[in-house]
Amino acid sequence: MARQFPNQQIEWRLRKEKIAKILMQLSGILITGSLFFIVGTILYKGLPYLSWEMISQAPQGGFYLGKGGGILNAILGSLYLALASTGIATLVGIPISLYLNLYVPKNSFTARSAKLLFDVLFGIPSIVYGAIAFSIMIWLGIRASLLGGIITITLLTIPIVVRTIDELLKTVPIDLTQVTFSLGATRWEAARVVLKYIRPGIFTAILLAFGRAIGDVAGVLLTTGFSDNMPKYIDEPAATLPLAIFFQLSSPIPEVQGRAYASALVLTFIILFIVLCTHLLAAKQKKHKL
Amino acid sequence: MTYRLWVDKLVQFGSAFLLAAKILVVLMIALGLTIKAWPLLQHENLWEILSSSVWSPLKGHFGFLPFILGTIWVTLIALIISVPLCIMASIYLVEFASDRLRKSVLPLMNVLAAIPPVLYGVWGILFVVPIISQYIAPLFGIETTGFSVFAGGIVLAVMIFPILISIMVEVMQTVPQELKDASLSLGATHWETIVSVSLRKAKPGIIAAIVLGISRAIGETIAVLMVCGNVPQIPASWFDAGYPIPALIANNFGEMMSIPMYDAALMFAALLLFVIIFGFNLISRIVLSRLEDHG
Amino acid sequence: MHTLTSSETKETQALIDTAVKPLIQIKDLNVHIEGKQILKNVSLDIPNNSITSIIGPSGCGKTTLLKTLNRLLDDSKEVQVSGSVLVDGDDIYGRDAEVTHIRKKMGLLSQKPFPLPMSIYDNIVYGPRIHGERDKNKLKQIAETQLRNVGLWDEVKDRLHTSATRLSIGQQQRLCLARGLAVQPEIILGDESTSALDPISTQTIENLLIDLKKDYTIVLVTHILRQARRVSDYILFVYQGEVVEFGKTEDILLNPQQELTKQYVKGFIS
Repeated sequence: MARQFPNQQIEWRLRKEKIAKILMQLSGILITGSLFFIVGTILYKGLPYLSWEMISQAPQGGFYLGKGGGILNAILGSLYLALASTGIATLVGIPISLYLNLYVPKNSFTARSAKLLFDVLFGIPSIVYGAIAFSIMIWLGIRASLLGGIITITLLTIPIVVRTIDELLKTVPIDLTQVTFSLGATRWEAARVVLKYIRPGIFTAILLAFGRAIGDVAGVLLTTGFSDNMPKYIDEPAATLPLAIFFQLSSPIPEVQGRAYASALVLTFIILFIVLCTHLLAAKQKKHKL
Repeated sequence: MTYRLWVDKLVQFGSAFLLAAKILVVLMIALGLTIKAWPLLQHENLWEILSSSVWSPLKGHFGFLPFILGTIWVTLIALIISVPLCIMASIYLVEFASDRLRKSVLPLMNVLAAIPPVLYGVWGILFVVPIISQYIAPLFGIETTGFSVFAGGIVLAVMIFPILISIMVEVMQTVPQELKDASLSLGATHWETIVSVSLRKAKPGIIAAIVLGISRAIGETIAVLMVCGNVPQIPASWFDAGYPIPALIANNFGEMMSIPMYDAALMFAALLLFVIIFGFNLISRIVLSRLEDHG
Repeated sequence: MHTLTSSETKETQALIDTAVKPLIQIKDLNVHIEGKQILKNVSLDIPNNSITSIIGPSGCGKTTLLKTLNRLLDDSKEVQVSGSVLVDGDDIYGRDAEVTHIRKKMGLLSQKPFPLPMSIYDNIVYGPRIHGERDKNKLKQIAETQLRNVGLWDEVKDRLHTSATRLSIGQQQRLCLARGLAVQPEIILGDESTSALDPISTQTIENLLIDLKKDYTIVLVTHILRQARRVSDYILFVYQGEVVEFGKTEDILLNPQQELTKQYVKGFIS
């Protein structure tokens, strides 16, 4: 017990901790602040240009030169596109995730590698989907259209649906499925019980996919084209909101740029609304479990 | 009874079919990109394409180096900004913040993740670009429009905050309390425990998060395109314009198709993105799922 | 429920040799976690250079009591501690108590071995390094001494710089003990330290602790009565957050004064 450590400089050690803590708080504030900052900037710049005309009318002649009209065609185009692709993605994605969780043994090679694949696909950028879809469309002789956009965005959103639902299925207590099976249920019947259990979560998954679909540019840039007309036919080019923002922003005319900010604000509202819905649903899911 | 079993089987095969179809689509994407890019690969060898800095499609030269370096520049700048911030913030959330603070900050990260790229681009043009040209660049005595790899890096940094934070928080929460107790009970301060135990234990997960962030940054198209300047040159400083690969595809696809090989060159760019991002994602997801299993 | 009044506590304490000032003195300790009272009015002097086992049914507060001794509970939220714990005569919950110094005085041996994510060598010298020891030769010497102390030296001397997680679980627990000893504590706290181990490793650890008590004051939490009988000099029986009885091992096990202790020792309550 004779050995003693050198002077321990405890004050310096504690000061280091304090400094680190301040740095950590600053980082946290900066990161959370960035969100409010982005929304604030768009709100500040976009609000003066936002008008009822903007969201209730299609562009009139010379709209992109600063004349009258609105971006209703783009809003509707985006909604159609997002609704259709999210719908298809849900119909395809739910069976896939149920299959991977209930039909295939959980830790089998198939289940694991398929889940890994979806994780990886989740990260593939939409420009890659867009590029390949565009080439296939040229090959098949389809021109840029709402349909092309829907196909591209569906491919993009399937991994989101599968991954989110897979996460949800992990939270289903194993007892629930076992009890159902022990009553003599088939796997499909068990799947229906499980689906009921995670229902609020499914809407969350759908909303997530919807948010991603409505905001995507790179995927629709090549495949959907752009149009000043209201979207009426699935085989015609259609305007989408993000693309409308993008095009208006590159205009040198201040009035048109201002409309870009207003359009950005509309998109922000749509996204915030979706996020709010997911949040409320998540709270409901939690309650449901208790 | 037989009817029920029949339905069960039907669902099983239906789902298996959908899964197979989806996997097939992925294979087709990879295959399609390769086939489409093939003419370019026959025209010039791979090394030439990747290392040449001459981009003059009209003369048939497709050197990708400016684009590759443009991508690397914006990605690195984004990482330099976001990684330290996110590590510090996640440590704070896991180790120091109250439950209430953590529960109110993490959903905000989901909001940040939900904001579409185009809005980040708008923000970049409205805020980041002017700030750089009016305030930051003059500090270094440089004149610039502000449309630069630096602007791209800042926008990307904010875009990858959510993915970095959410994974880092998750990984740090898997460090067992008893392990931290072991270090604390030896007389280490909380901060010393974090540095030499928690961070060390969480290192593979943190790296995986960073790799995921990188692949997100590499693939990001529209936001970067809007603020980067898009000049096919090799950026020499933070304030130079750059031209990342995704922006190249988005700007030119479908427009320059009359130039021979241009189509193949752009497809090659897409293939390059696909391969890099697929690889990065694969590695980090495997690391993360290992961590989860052992966690 | 009948519990010890303070005069009775004094009587019990009087049985213990009080010629030396006890290293750990607990006075009127109350602990609330998330509004629930976990420990009620615990007052106790823990005898030096001996092993004291804390026994009692699960959830009675024994682990909480142990963790209040080195203030590990402070880090969890919503914990309120009142009363005082004197270590070396200083109140560790006092206003100017410095928590890293307090913890340095006590080595903790947890339920499962938790080697730090580094090499065997770095595990041992982690504590000394943190406390400012930079001299490489001294660090080497500390590592060897402590590994010898726990009988691990010959088993690991050729792979000091490999990861500690590759050791067997029994070896890991001895490593954790050595790691704790390397910061020169005066007290060793064990929280069911053998519950994850096989019988042979358990025996090794128990024998080590018996050897170590000549230099250290040892407090163990255990739910195994036989273990308490094998290793401890004193036993503290805790029930629902209160101290029911404290005394020499043979007194508590063979001749308990309290009805509750009697029932617990005979296995009627657990």
